[in-house]
Amino acid sequence: MSEAVPSPEAGASHASHGATPPATHHGPPLGFWRTHVFSLDHKVIGRQYLDLALVAVTTGMVLSWLMRIHLAFPTVSVPGLQHLSPNGAANGVISPEYYLSLMTMHGTIMVFFVLTTAPFAGFGNFVLPIQVGAEDMAFPRFNMMSFWVTALAFLVLVASFFVADGPAISGWTAYAPLSAVGKDAGPGQELGQTLWAVSIAIFCVGQLLGSLNFIATTLDLRTKGMTLARLPYVTWAWFITSVIGLIAFSVLLPACILLILDRTAGTSFFIPGGLVISDRLQPHSGGSPMLWQHLFWFFGHPEVYIAILPGLGIVSTILPAMARKPLLGPRIFIGCMVAIGFLSYMVWGHHMFLSGMNPLSATLFSVPTLIITIPATITTLLWIGTVYGSRLRLTTASLFCLGFLSVFVTGGLSGFFLAQPSIDTYLHGTYFVVGHFHFVMGVASMFGIFAGTYFWFPKMYGRMLNETIGKWHFWLTFIGVYCIFMPMHWLGLAGNVRRYSAFTDDYMKGMLPLHRFITIGALATGAVQLLFFFNIFWSRRRGALAPDNPWEATSLEWTVPSPPPHDNFGGRHPVVYHGPNEYGMAGPTGDYVMQDSPEPLPVR
Amino acid sequence: MGMSNLPLRSTPRPAAHPTAPSTGVWVGVATISMSFAAYTSALVVRQGMGTDWLHFQLPAILYVNTIILLASSVSLELARRNHAPAGRAQAPDIVVLPGPASRTASWLSVTLLLGVLFLAGQIVAWRQLASQGLFLATNPSSAFFYILTALHALHLLGGLGGLLYVQRRLRRSGALDVGPALSAATLYWHFMAVLWVFIMLLLLVRL
Repeated sequence: MSEAVPSPEAGASHASHGATPPATHHGPPLGFWRTHVFSLDHKVIGRQYLDLALVAVTTGMVLSWLMRIHLAFPTVSVPGLQHLSPNGAANGVISPEYYLSLMTMHGTIMVFFVLTTAPFAGFGNFVLPIQVGAEDMAFPRFNMMSFWVTALAFLVLVASFFVADGPAISGWTAYAPLSAVGKDAGPGQELGQTLWAVSIAIFCVGQLLGSLNFIATTLDLRTKGMTLARLPYVTWAWFITSVIGLIAFSVLLPACILLILDRTAGTSFFIPGGLVISDRLQPHSGGSPMLWQHLFWFFGHPEVYIAILPGLGIVSTILPAMARKPLLGPRIFIGCMVAIGFLSYMVWGHHMFLSGMNPLSATLFSVPTLIITIPATITTLLWIGTVYGSRLRLTTASLFCLGFLSVFVTGGLSGFFLAQPSIDTYLHGTYFVVGHFHFVMGVASMFGIFAGTYFWFPKMYGRMLNETIGKWHFWLTFIGVYCIFMPMHWLGLAGNVRRYSAFTDDYMKGMLPLHRFITIGALATGAVQLLFFFNIFWSRRRGALAPDNPWEATSLEWTVPSPPPHDNFGGRHPVVYHGPNEYGMAGPTGDYVMQDSPEPLPVR
Repeated sequence: MGMSNLPLRSTPRPAAHPTAPSTGVWVGVATISMSFAAYTSALVVRQGMGTDWLHFQLPAILYVNTIILLASSVSLELARRNHAPAGRAQAPDIVVLPGPASRTASWLSVTLLLGVLFLAGQIVAWRQLASQGLFLATNPSSAFFYILTALHALHLLGGLGGLLYVQRRLRRSGALDVGPALSAATLYWHFMAVLWVFIMLLLLVRL
């Protein structure tokens, strides 16, 4: 650093060497299309991903309402639904087959287009490059393609609502052979199921491009002084998530291609010989439905961690900032995330205990499933230890972090039961599993998304979200999700089978009152989300102006204006001197030291 | 360092990230390897579970294609080695001699030609199989043959695109900053050759 402070122009003129500007340096865009639609800017792409997730989560939520209404009041007519599906919902009453369509689409939309896109691609795209001190992702063009490919996948999936016979009915897991044989397997299994497989294949391509960008950016675009040990924890989480995603989606893509070939080209990968469906002998031979299950769950279980790991990172970033204390055991925390990522590839068989598995294999899958709870438990204890004895600032963001902790523990505890084949045999086909995965994968990830929204919204839009509305949103949602998913565990223990569209004429009739309670809870909790929608749309224009660092946090995104300029750091790169964990000490501007603060650390 | 006042909070933005293209390709190599591992395990499981596996003779032209692809890897390596060595470290006012740069361009053209020849050879192999009545849906063995070879060809097309991009930039800006892109493209192309050898061995053992 012996040179004098260079003028900003010297830093900005990369063309001074007479070379073509490298791919990472794109100037500010000109015109509407390049600025807002086909933008190369990671911040625009991150917001686009979040907007897509918002559309998707609204769609998925409405689908769940339709299912819940039908489960609680099977004869009720939903006005207008017959226009969407004349066959599936004649007079607005949902048929059993259409119920399965709704279930398939709800699961697919939520898992892929909400829980994968929002916490990972959405926030990750916006925040990660700034946190590592880069002006953009390593490959901005791939990044733009990644979003538009994902948006295309969503359109292809939603298009299946508007084809004859409607969407697929084989669930988000699309088990073969029903997903592979075509129209004999029921309504929606012809064009609808093909659209499903094509959509997911396209989605895989988008996520692979995104993960590639995340990895290369984290490894190669870190600014001076930003060692791996100084990376903010949420960037660690996104990095590990992208490694998991790379492996998972590069297996799901082949699985989808083989499924599409079985459906359209007459091959027999997943369809056994001599199979009779709807009184018709299927013209296939020798395939194995188990092959699909193995390929799918090899992706499917890591997918759970793709959804949840960013949440772990978000909580570990927000809690120390709100508790004004360093995160307890940061290296242990990162080690736990690596361990979870590694173990997530050894447990996929626990989804298949009922599929006819050798008891020895079942044990082999059960043991790592139980072991994976150890890093998850350590993580939870680290958060509790961080908050313990602190003067926690009760912002909406920190409330959602605490809520994350609660549902993560609740959902995790029921996982102990399901990890054991002998108990899973009884519970696997029941609502116990529905309650379990909604808590630990759905609600926990959603709370991570909410926490991230309340935390980074000021940086993204330059305006604060309304905290009063935010706190109402938190408490009502928190109570609501327990009303919805806690009773499902009891229903499951009582033997309430899942995937049925109604419980009117059989032994499950006695469970209808509890189902009605859940339905009312789901509708009410859904209505509460209007608070959130109002808050984010109103605050974008009317919220209080956000300062650069409203939460007094340490990482680099809080050193730049809200919202950041096109190249994040105004033609320069920050120099990093500290880790992200320097809270609770006398720093130059408060009880914390920013990562780019050149001062030596004071004694704590 | 050695300054009395505090160190800088920021530095001028670096001109480029020379390692990013290679990292990107390495990550791509991992991804593609993983997806071919998935096809391989599907092949092994499918062959083991069904009783309908049909063994057939691979078309002889595949051996010629293998030699062509390996040769293209060698020619691309020659292109890379002839590229102005350590161009990045030199001062920008040093004129790069036209000799090595044009030799790089020539070897690059040879590589492109061999790549296209390989793809043409693959099409001949598919036609030969089809003329024997072996199509995608005929048998799982032929299905895997077409899937593995077609997907490899698709990825190779991507590699050809990358080489064309490098060649265009070489023509336009004359060499100095092409290094990282050329190295990355070479890495990818070598991986295509290795992947093809793996596919050939798999097909030889299993079909």
